Amino acid sequence: MDSALLYDRLQFAFTATFHYLFPQLTMGLALLLLYLRSRVLLTGDEHYEEVADFWTKVFAINFGFGVVTGIPLEFQFGTNWARFSNYAGGVIGQTLAMEGTFAFFLESSFLGILLFRKRFSRRVQWFATLMLFLGTWMSGYFILATNAWMQHPVAYQMGADGRVFVTSLSGLLTNPWLFWQFAHNMTATVVTASSVVAAVGAYYLLSGQYLSHAKTFLCTGVVAGAIASGLMIFPTGHGNADQVFKYQPIKGAAFEGIFRTEREAGLYLVGQPNLETMTIDNPIEIPGALSFLVYNDLYAKVQGLDAFPRDQWPDNIPLLYYAYHVMAGLGTIFALLYGTAFLSLWRGRLFHMKWLMWWLMLCAPFPYIATSAGWMTAELGRQPWLVYGLLRTSHGTSPLVHSGNALFTLIGFLGLYLLLGLLFVLLVSKVIRQGPGSSCASEMRTHDGTSL
Amino acid sequence: METAWFIILTVMLAMYVVLDGFDFGVGMVYPFVARTETERRTALTSIGPVWNANEVWLIAAAAVLFFAYPKAYAAGFSGFYLALILVLWLLIFRGLALELRTQVDHVLWRQAWDRAFTTSSLLLAMVFGTALGNLIRGVPLNREGYFFVPFWTDFQPGSDPGILDWFTILIGLTSVVILAFHGANYLVVKTEGVLYQRAVSIAWILGWVSAGCTALTVAAVPMVQPNLSLNFSRHPVVYLAPVIGVIVLGYSLYFRLRRRDISAFVASCIFIFLMLVSVMFGMYPYILLSTTDLAFSLTVFNAATDSYGLTSGIVWFVGGFLLILVYQIYLYFQFRGKTRLDDAH
Repeated sequence: MDSALLYDRLQFAFTATFHYLFPQLTMGLALLLLYLRSRVLLTGDEHYEEVADFWTKVFAINFGFGVVTGIPLEFQFGTNWARFSNYAGGVIGQTLAMEGTFAFFLESSFLGILLFRKRFSRRVQWFATLMLFLGTWMSGYFILATNAWMQHPVAYQMGADGRVFVTSLSGLLTNPWLFWQFAHNMTATVVTASSVVAAVGAYYLLSGQYLSHAKTFLCTGVVAGAIASGLMIFPTGHGNADQVFKYQPIKGAAFEGIFRTEREAGLYLVGQPNLETMTIDNPIEIPGALSFLVYNDLYAKVQGLDAFPRDQWPDNIPLLYYAYHVMAGLGTIFALLYGTAFLSLWRGRLFHMKWLMWWLMLCAPFPYIATSAGWMTAELGRQPWLVYGLLRTSHGTSPLVHSGNALFTLIGFLGLYLLLGLLFVLLVSKVIRQGPGSSCASEMRTHDGTSL
Repeated sequence: METAWFIILTVMLAMYVVLDGFDFGVGMVYPFVARTETERRTALTSIGPVWNANEVWLIAAAAVLFFAYPKAYAAGFSGFYLALILVLWLLIFRGLALELRTQVDHVLWRQAWDRAFTTSSLLLAMVFGTALGNLIRGVPLNREGYFFVPFWTDFQPGSDPGILDWFTILIGLTSVVILAFHGANYLVVKTEGVLYQRAVSIAWILGWVSAGCTALTVAAVPMVQPNLSLNFSRHPVVYLAPVIGVIVLGYSLYFRLRRRDISAFVASCIFIFLMLVSVMFGMYPYILLSTTDLAFSLTVFNAATDSYGLTSGIVWFVGGFLLILVYQIYLYFQFRGKTRLDDAH
């Protein structure tokens, strides 16, 4: 791989992964906040208002970091991937422009209202929350429509100059790939948000502070988390895997570690792909499970990597394999943890089970890791294509941006985002330390208009 | 249809510069007009609820460029690689400064973000002005429709230009001054007391400097890019745009003198809007002019996506644009009048 291409890919992968740490919380949290604000509106309950205000603060910090780290992604299509932009702009420009027009203005306008919410009635606060929910989820939809087209191009035609153009806007927005991808991804944001809400609740409960708020956090987080982490596996995870094997069998074979085409293909739980011998080292395998999951038939034939020419293989199979296994493994752990927590809550014992509180608290980073690994699976598995089957990644770069420039900006982003990460941790831990419901006295003194 | 999208793009860019322009302006005059903590908080609160929505115009404009003229987006964004990444970093710092300053109650923390806010605002105004200068001057597009400009070469707008040369620096400085004037006008509208008095006096000075810089720029443009005046000589009626723009600038100063604050601010909005419209009209049908060979230039026709894309886009865009206006008017209406700190949270 020539070095400019490598730096371009690293820069996009890094900035996109870092960026997505923030929206995955805000999208899920927007749904939970809508629930909390609806409850405030219906019952006038001040306890729920304090809970909602606390999470609005966390939401706002995340949203801010999401905005500043999001702009570089849209710019990088042009700066680092000019030939791709020129090639596919006629299609994905549509969805990106729709995101800007319909989602970003909605979000940013109503965030302004929510930041300065004290001057507005509960009804307006609820409405602003609803608009933020719509805005963030629409934004997710348009971005996923863009990605879905790169994974599974539809509704396009090739122009005389070799570029592609959209032939049906509705076809682009109802890409069959998009349905499961959107369902899976948005459910994942709810898992992330629920686990963070529950983890902060568990932290407060274990350290004996803000007990009433802690219990509300835990109830909200555990119920939403249990539902969402179940839905992650079935039907959304299963639906995604199905369409991968249907439309991108090479990706499926690579992330499952199936080198050779076989009947009764097994599912590897653990093991290391060995590209020399084309086997999985130290495997722990459930025989026939993959055949069953994909084709509902234990003896069905699953195509291995050997069924495809080598120049179509993803270029980093071990990383792809690990990304997928990390995602699936953490997803399973999560479903078990939240299922247990939900049952304990049901039986009224959750708040007395210290060990479970510890687990809920310490597992908060896992959905972030699982989500990032899931996206790595989707994107590494798309290689060597930038637009699946149409445009190779190596043909998408900017022709005149040489490796010196690309490395310069990559290093710059690494340094800047390290600073951003530190600031983020500092601010969120400050909000958590301050706690819910403590707002008025201390904050009126220290916070001003731009406060969150 | 290609032309319709050019008009849309012009309007979106002009909206961006008018709206986020006063945010930059506030950032630039901030250290001069706001000295105590209360004054600083008031100045920041005046843009607090709106700056983020203003910034979205840039993102939306970039997306419209990507969608309607993918070839120009690809060429322009990769060609101005270094400048655009710099813009990204500056936007990150500006956003962080506005969001984080109040989060920690420590004097050094606040000073640091104050500096970051002013510096990033100043540099952003400068870079955007320089970018406009580059569009006017032209870039060394090759046969394939790509180019790459380093930050500087010999500081001359010749056939091997850099992002910075005397001409683009002039436009950059002009933008700095005009946006600072614009931001001061905004502060005058939104503040009271000492802050108001200082904003009034700085706006008065900046207004005259803006007039001077505008005159220099208007004189320099035909020297560097004769193509720009062709459209004007073909359709002399369009001279009205820059002429009215300059008259409006004069009015802005007049209103300033008569303390008609809102009129002065509206006048600087119209002035900036008309100046950008004039440049874009002069450019039409070119989006990127080539300095190597005019035939390599990218126009609204050879850079556009196909007609289905452009036509289907218009349908949703008109609806979306009306919605944007509704949100923006609602937002500005909710925060109308002088900025109050008492209820801020």
